[in-house]
Amino acid sequence: MTAPTTVAHTLVARDLRVDTVTGQPVLNGVSYEIAPGEVLALVGESGSGKTTAGLAALGHFRRGLVHSGGDVSVQPGGAAPVSVLAAGERERRSLRGSTVAYIPQDPAASLNPALRIGRQICEVLETHGYGASAAERSARVVEVLAEVGLPADESYRRRYPHELSGGQQQRVGIAMAFACRPSVVVLDEPTTGLDVTTQTLVLRTVATLTAEHDTAALYITHDLAVVATIAHRVAVLRRGEVVECGSTEEVLRAPSHAYTLELVTAVPHLDGTGAAAPSASGAHVVESVSDGRHAAERHDVASGSGSASASNGDRERPPALSVSDLSVSYGDHRVLHDVALEVRAGECLMLLGESGSGKTTLSQCVAGLGRPHAGTVSVSGSPLAASTQRRTAEQLRAVQYVFQSPYSSLNPRKTIAQSVELPLRTLTDLDAAARRERVTETLERVRLDPALADRLPDELSGGQRQRAAIARGLVTTPDVLLCDEVTSALDVSVQATIVDLLCELRRELGMAMLFVTHNIALARHVADRIAVLRGGEVVESGTVDEVLDSPSHEYTRELLANTPRM
Amino acid sequence: MTATTTRPTLLRRALALPQAKIGLALTTVVVAVALLGPWVGPWLTGHDTTGFAGKPFQSGGIAGTDGLGRDVLTRFLAGGLTLLIYAVLATALGLVLGAALGMVAGYSGGRLDSLIMRGSDVLLSFPQLVFALLAIAMIGPEGWLLVLVIGITHAPRVARVARQSTVAVKDADFIRAARMYALPRRRILLREVLPNITGPLMVELGLRLTYSIGYVASLSFLGLGIQPPTADWGLMINENRIALVVEPWGVLLPVLAIAVLTVGTNLITDSLASAAARSSDATTSHTAKEASA
Repeated sequence: MTAPTTVAHTLVARDLRVDTVTGQPVLNGVSYEIAPGEVLALVGESGSGKTTAGLAALGHFRRGLVHSGGDVSVQPGGAAPVSVLAAGERERRSLRGSTVAYIPQDPAASLNPALRIGRQICEVLETHGYGASAAERSARVVEVLAEVGLPADESYRRRYPHELSGGQQQRVGIAMAFACRPSVVVLDEPTTGLDVTTQTLVLRTVATLTAEHDTAALYITHDLAVVATIAHRVAVLRRGEVVECGSTEEVLRAPSHAYTLELVTAVPHLDGTGAAAPSASGAHVVESVSDGRHAAERHDVASGSGSASASNGDRERPPALSVSDLSVSYGDHRVLHDVALEVRAGECLMLLGESGSGKTTLSQCVAGLGRPHAGTVSVSGSPLAASTQRRTAEQLRAVQYVFQSPYSSLNPRKTIAQSVELPLRTLTDLDAAARRERVTETLERVRLDPALADRLPDELSGGQRQRAAIARGLVTTPDVLLCDEVTSALDVSVQATIVDLLCELRRELGMAMLFVTHNIALARHVADRIAVLRGGEVVESGTVDEVLDSPSHEYTRELLANTPRM
Repeated sequence: MTATTTRPTLLRRALALPQAKIGLALTTVVVAVALLGPWVGPWLTGHDTTGFAGKPFQSGGIAGTDGLGRDVLTRFLAGGLTLLIYAVLATALGLVLGAALGMVAGYSGGRLDSLIMRGSDVLLSFPQLVFALLAIAMIGPEGWLLVLVIGITHAPRVARVARQSTVAVKDADFIRAARMYALPRRRILLREVLPNITGPLMVELGLRLTYSIGYVASLSFLGLGIQPPTADWGLMINENRIALVVEPWGVLLPVLAIAVLTVGTNLITDSLASAAARSSDATTSHTAKEASA
């Protein structure tokens, strides 16, 4: 995409400086300008100040932050520029919504659950005195709903937010923002919580609307792949400073700043470049082989039917993890339906699914944290009880789980060493000194400085915490490691190092890994095989190459098509 | 987050607040009086607590004597210890019992939860003092009974707080991780849950202590707590009530002490509560940051 060639800018920020009340700089002289119809992406990792810089366009600073210099001005449609920061509170309030609109990250939290959506959009119009009569306003509601691609009939407008899906909620949010035909829209990670298919729809809506109405858009995000899809220009923010700014093409193809380069290379690609080192599948990984019997009996056994390269020894050994006929239901709702999977030692199976596909339920069943289920889960041939309470110490040792968010998986009141030591205390009879030694050893293995062992989780960064959580999983040298969305709570550059680490560890330790994720772009980096889960059923499975290069199921093709690429 | 300093504990953060310092000072003064009084008193005034020392209303010390001619100051100095011990024991009992029940109820959920919480609702429907009066009227004014009854009536109130805080943390991933290793429930509650709910429990501790002091003093005043001739602040207020106009010291000193003590513990409780609220603010803001990451 190329930027529209307009000289006048709708939104201009000059040398914006924001400090915390204690005097720590958050923004260190940030400048950006956006032309009408242009989308500027503000990219940065957590703590870079990108949200602060975006909210400044609305004249809003979060609690604990003070504006200490610079200015932001808006020039609505050829009129004289208005300084957002110099305006009084009243004036600023009338600017917000009518001239500068905001689309927040979580649509579910930003819509009033007690108001029908038609009413909610109408309220924005009333507040800003849009339209002369009620009839005109409701006509505009119908119009704007159509613009964002939602049905605009009476019954739809009378729905409550909880009656809509996440993507629809976000589009209602967009409709509210565009209702008064603003000159500037600030979008704060509007697609972060959405599935790729929905994300594509939302991004398309935003792109169309900004282009049609000559709206200047400030798109705050950490996702460079999304940036490549939607933005004309990119400003990369790091520690409150714009380190690089230019057209999307320039910045992403040929980054001039070292930090941008680091960010760009950290992004995983579908073709296996970027991010982690390629997963050297040929060298170490024991290629999977379908157990003839299983494949014959069940079409949905997720094993690489095409790879016959394994030796007979592998063929006879039971798979490290095998799941068959697994069904789970909550009341009448079936979350999992006759799922079957196999993961062999040293192999990584990626379990791919969007929200609601049942992927977390599946991994929790394997871990023994789930609800009672039908079917069997067995590790190295021995079936596991549904609850950890009824599993033997050996079985507990064999299966380990790494949780999604390292912010909640470590007890905030325990030191790293205490958390990592926990499995050893309960599953082995090692004495304190031996346990300590194992903990240190494992921390070194996950490249975490053992000097951090006596710190509390609060004092560590997200990546360090996730390493500690992985260490807890590895300390008992498991046969099967379950990784549940382990990268999704982390920054891009940290994600890459964690994925790298997991690949290396799998090779070093030869364990089986079930990598649960929604991010298909990671496939070539971590996995040997993929199983695609949808609505509780495995719809497609096979080796990474098979699935990515020639997907057989419609759903997989759709997922691949909707995954943003750089 | 790149913080390298250990975050100060709740207690330390609470004590940094000005009201905590005032509260602590007030409490310390009264506690010191109560603890040291029994030994310092006779030495200071030359009287013992129960002996007769002259005629009624004759001024025998700085604070005069009571209706029976006993030196008020000596009795005042001696009368705080029992009150304090009873109040602390009752609070401890209530807190331990309530926290245990609340954590079990919150963590288990389901039928056990309903059983414990509805049971405590029944207990909650009696005003605390009425319940205590009932028990004492039936069994008699015994010290252990006082502690037991006040402790038991505290328990459901503490249990509610403990249950709510437990429910808030029980689905956290670190609890799941502990369940992964098949830790027995008792150990999950003590090692994983308890350290994460100390904030609200500390607040509850301060609050219940304040109430305990009030109840022990009230029951003594009503003649159902500590029995004469033992020196006790609550009892002294009752005994000297008749001489209030002539000899206000007899009542004033114990009233003042009880008031200062309750205000002191209350201030400490307040600061604990606001420190706990601030730390949960910090947690929420962090969660928000994480979500926007």
